[in-house]
Amino acid sequence: MNLHLEPRVDAPRWFSPVMTLAAVVFALIVSGIILWFVGGDPVRAFVHIAEVAFGSIGAISDTLVKATPLILTGLGVSLAFRMRLWNIGAEGQFLLGAWGASAIVLFPILPAGTPGVIVIPAMMVAGALAGGAWGFIPGILRARLGVNEIITSLMLNYIALSWIQYWVFGPWSEGGFQETKTFPPEAWLPRLTDFAAQFPILGGLTVHLGLIFGIVLAAIMWVALERTRWGYEIKLIGDNPRAARYAGIDIARKILIVFVISGALAGLGGMSEVTGVVHRLQDRISPGYGFTAIIIAYLARFGPFRVIIASILFGGLILAGREIQPSGIPAMVQGIVLFSIIGSDVLVRYRIRFERHLVTT
Amino acid sequence: MTSLASAPIPALEARGIVKAFPGIVANDHVDFDVRVGEIHALLGENGAGKSTLVNILSGMYRPDAGQILLDGAPVTFRSPREAIAAGVGMVHQHFTLVPSQTVTENILLGLKRPRFLLRSKRSEAEIGALAEQFGLRVDPGAKIWQLSVGEQQRVEILKMLYRGARILILDEPTAVLAPQEVEELERTMRTMILSGHSIVFISHKLTEVLAVADRITVMRRGKVTAAAIPAAGTSKADLTSRMVGRAVIEMPERPPFQPGPVVLSVKDIHADGDRGLPALRGVSLDVRAGEIVGIAAVAGNGQTELAQVITAMRACRGSVTIGGVEVANGSSGHAIALGVAHVPEDRTGVGSAPNLSVTDNLIMKRYKEAPVAHGWFMDDPAARTIAEDLRTSFSITTPSIDTQVRLLSGGNLQRLILAREIDAGPKVMVAAQPTRGLDVGAIEAIHRILFERRAEGTAILLISEDLDELLAVADRVDVMYEGRIAGSFPAATADIHEIGLLMTGGG
Amino acid sequence: MDWTTILAAGVTSGTILLFAAIGEIFAERSGVLNLGVEGMMLIGAVAGFAVTASTGNPWLGVAMAMLAGGALSLLHGVMTIHLRADQVVSGLALTFLGTGLARVLGEGLSSAGSIATLPVWTIPGLSDLPILGEIFFTRQSVLAYVGYLLVPAALFWIERTRPGLHLRAVGENPAAADALGIGVYVTRYAYVFVGGLLAGLAGATITLAVSPGWFGDQTVNGKGWIAIGLVIFAQWSPLRAALGAFLFGAIFRLILDIQGPVTLLGFVNPFTAGRSETFFLEMLPYLMVIFVVILGSRTAARKRLGAPAALGKPYVRGERGS
Repeated sequence: MNLHLEPRVDAPRWFSPVMTLAAVVFALIVSGIILWFVGGDPVRAFVHIAEVAFGSIGAISDTLVKATPLILTGLGVSLAFRMRLWNIGAEGQFLLGAWGASAIVLFPILPAGTPGVIVIPAMMVAGALAGGAWGFIPGILRARLGVNEIITSLMLNYIALSWIQYWVFGPWSEGGFQETKTFPPEAWLPRLTDFAAQFPILGGLTVHLGLIFGIVLAAIMWVALERTRWGYEIKLIGDNPRAARYAGIDIARKILIVFVISGALAGLGGMSEVTGVVHRLQDRISPGYGFTAIIIAYLARFGPFRVIIASILFGGLILAGREIQPSGIPAMVQGIVLFSIIGSDVLVRYRIRFERHLVTT
Repeated sequence: MTSLASAPIPALEARGIVKAFPGIVANDHVDFDVRVGEIHALLGENGAGKSTLVNILSGMYRPDAGQILLDGAPVTFRSPREAIAAGVGMVHQHFTLVPSQTVTENILLGLKRPRFLLRSKRSEAEIGALAEQFGLRVDPGAKIWQLSVGEQQRVEILKMLYRGARILILDEPTAVLAPQEVEELERTMRTMILSGHSIVFISHKLTEVLAVADRITVMRRGKVTAAAIPAAGTSKADLTSRMVGRAVIEMPERPPFQPGPVVLSVKDIHADGDRGLPALRGVSLDVRAGEIVGIAAVAGNGQTELAQVITAMRACRGSVTIGGVEVANGSSGHAIALGVAHVPEDRTGVGSAPNLSVTDNLIMKRYKEAPVAHGWFMDDPAARTIAEDLRTSFSITTPSIDTQVRLLSGGNLQRLILAREIDAGPKVMVAAQPTRGLDVGAIEAIHRILFERRAEGTAILLISEDLDELLAVADRVDVMYEGRIAGSFPAATADIHEIGLLMTGGG
Repeated sequence: MDWTTILAAGVTSGTILLFAAIGEIFAERSGVLNLGVEGMMLIGAVAGFAVTASTGNPWLGVAMAMLAGGALSLLHGVMTIHLRADQVVSGLALTFLGTGLARVLGEGLSSAGSIATLPVWTIPGLSDLPILGEIFFTRQSVLAYVGYLLVPAALFWIERTRPGLHLRAVGENPAAADALGIGVYVTRYAYVFVGGLLAGLAGATITLAVSPGWFGDQTVNGKGWIAIGLVIFAQWSPLRAALGAFLFGAIFRLILDIQGPVTLLGFVNPFTAGRSETFFLEMLPYLMVIFVVILGSRTAARKRLGAPAALGKPYVRGERGS
């Protein structure tokens, strides 16, 4: 008995998105089964997740807060993956971005009392630069020396964590605790709840400006990818680098640029988390956003607006997942989702037939 | 042609073979047989069904209907391994060798003995003896990547002989050989049939077929059009008509040779190949506007690297100028801007982006300029218009311009590549093996396009392994051997034997 | 800082990397890249620990750890071999899945405290050899000795036996192997599975020999990825992989030891335990991997060697001819 794959030639346009959706549903079902196996109650768990994530305005706001770093990091990862550049270092780039932004107020680089209009953009620049620098390293190693970027970008994740830990436990430590002092108010990204005085309905909604960054950047990225020469070149390199070289594209330069931008986006993610949510630097600032971003990028099939949708979905999952026992469930679900997406991808590209005879074509 | 071909029961026979693939019947009730001690040629153009038939005979495919008989008894081969065990071995057109391993290791691959421990010295001696017996000169300890194409082919043949194959199927064995190597292969074949082997060889080259075969079978569009006719009783014209259904292959009318000034000038180029060894050792040549210069060379003598140097895909020392402007070591974008078109050997490798659409592939050279792009932004409708135009004018068969290029047939992919390259109105065209693997219709179309370009004043460098094509199409033929130009001949007066000699280093 | 102690400890913890790296070498030489080593190691670690804690038999723990790693690897195998999924993505998915599963299964295990561990041996006679005896043959876990035997066995298997010849052929030119009747799919599944078994063993080595106990994600903490980097450095040779593994093992020990003394090389030691500067020490292994991978890439480029030619590409049997 033989499994036989035949390229699928005539798939309608809706086939791929529907299969992706089916993959997610399948993953949730499998996760539910495993949860039941380990003694939990899947139905109650999913209902609970839905409630906690989307059950009220407050819940949605919290979900969006969790989604914001995912959107930014997800955009960065999607961009790199489109070019088949495996940026597994988004986690580290996120952390460096958080560090860079914090440095503005914690060194401090700008003196205390500087108005928010200057501080916030400075933190944005710092976060993007720091993340971009962290993306530059694997980028240039790959572009110039052909070194496998998976390993290099991944190792930099661990190095980034140690870096942050040094600062948070050392020079920036607040009273010997494992976090820095709280940022001054000018360094806080504006949140909806800040306007509760004028609009009481906004009270308690912690959605912050970072979300706007994410949406705007997604739009910019969409235009760049779909409508510019730059986007065409990325498409070409991702499909066949040799043809791209032939067409006169400088691949090494593109690799570098894309890795830096990818890192900068993740760095902005880190900045937005640190200035929009926690308002201080901690070493536990990322519960694996950089890795979740990888799943999101695949789920979204690297499309910027789809990244936003997928991020909201996972934001809800992470939010609710904090309360689920056992605590490894969200991570496991992510793995199952990714496998399901890969599987659905196979079904989109090929028809599967089972054949009796061994010798086939 | 004497042989021991008189045994009444064929060594291998196929009766009523039918094999269909989606959209095409590759073998339509085909009968075929080969006798002990015979060389039987299987002739037909690309797409006729020859490879399918021999893949069935050698166990790679299973027929939808029909029978295979070995020494008169029906057999079924469920895999190539079973066929080989029964004595039917095939040497494919594309060698199945592991480059980083030695000749001996390759020959031992897949066998049952030695069972566990490999004793290389002993095996090497055995293989050396076998090679001697059949006059196949090869070093059992050499690594495959070190060997020439001819030597690699000998390894493939040895592989089959070592496994006790009595019936050998050779698929286009001379496609990659120079005339002298072809003669050596012919000698080897005759040695083999003297010891009772049988040989089936596939070719589309009439001269060789008539020189070597005892009997010839011709196929066309899946059917047998000439069944096992004795070679003595036929002629090139007769075979041709059975191959293509027409009396003679018409060469398009070639306009008179009125070359303009020198457009492409290559001076003293030295360049290294992928492995760091020198590939070009001082090559110089000129091509004029409206001239077709052919490069005749056996695979691996620097012609691929020459094409890459001219299209700025490989670094070199020396000078390459287009209309006086230096192009060498620059960017390929610069070369394109100066009017260089490249039809690469590797259509799916360098030549196209398989998962992108026909449109995306067609605009690959023009995506930076108007009307396809304005500044940073691309104009989608303009790109589609261009794609539609090219599709019509070059007769590219495709369901739509949004179809992914990997779904196109070989001939259509080549048309697409040509369309893209020519559309820019190039001053210089470098075409490497442009008609390889295509059917006669597509080949004619491409030759016609080359002549059209020539009439328009393009300087064309045509690299081809097919000497017949070069002599028919080119105005002048330069022979490359080991990275140098070994000789240069006007096509009208060129002597194929002299060229063949130079291609392999003699003369 | 006593160098012999450091090197001996290097061997102990290097054994973890050795198993994982050799397992990955087998998989990659058959043409399949498996980035899920970290996940498989975690599963092996938690399975080994859990089984040992509940049965009291560490050998059973080792066996279950290996099976767990192997089982997980088969998922990757099906995805990449039969379903032709991208090997990089599938490997990443395996890492996520393995990490998550390990977390789930490891809930409540960390309080299990101390459990039966594997025996530690000193080989009489060999342990009296100067220097080498102290490092390799004195008070090493039984698994370290398994590692010593594994290296030459793997080397012999790959280079000198028929199965090894077939393995190499499948990884270099699967079409050639297929044409000669070698089962490409079967071979790849087999060696991916072997990779999984060894990765599981590597995980068990952590929780049952080197640092007994289950510490959640921290248990493996990137060693799987280091092993993958080691494979590149080792240029797919088991011997070089072993050397690299022991080197890294020594580095892990060195990091701890440097935190001890008051002065270092004549200066006041900035890396004493408890100071935040020690975090820079923790960067060391990961920096080394980057360095080592760069070295490996340059050697490959220079010698025009490198990865098995078919690594990372799914095998599809022939095109149809005519």
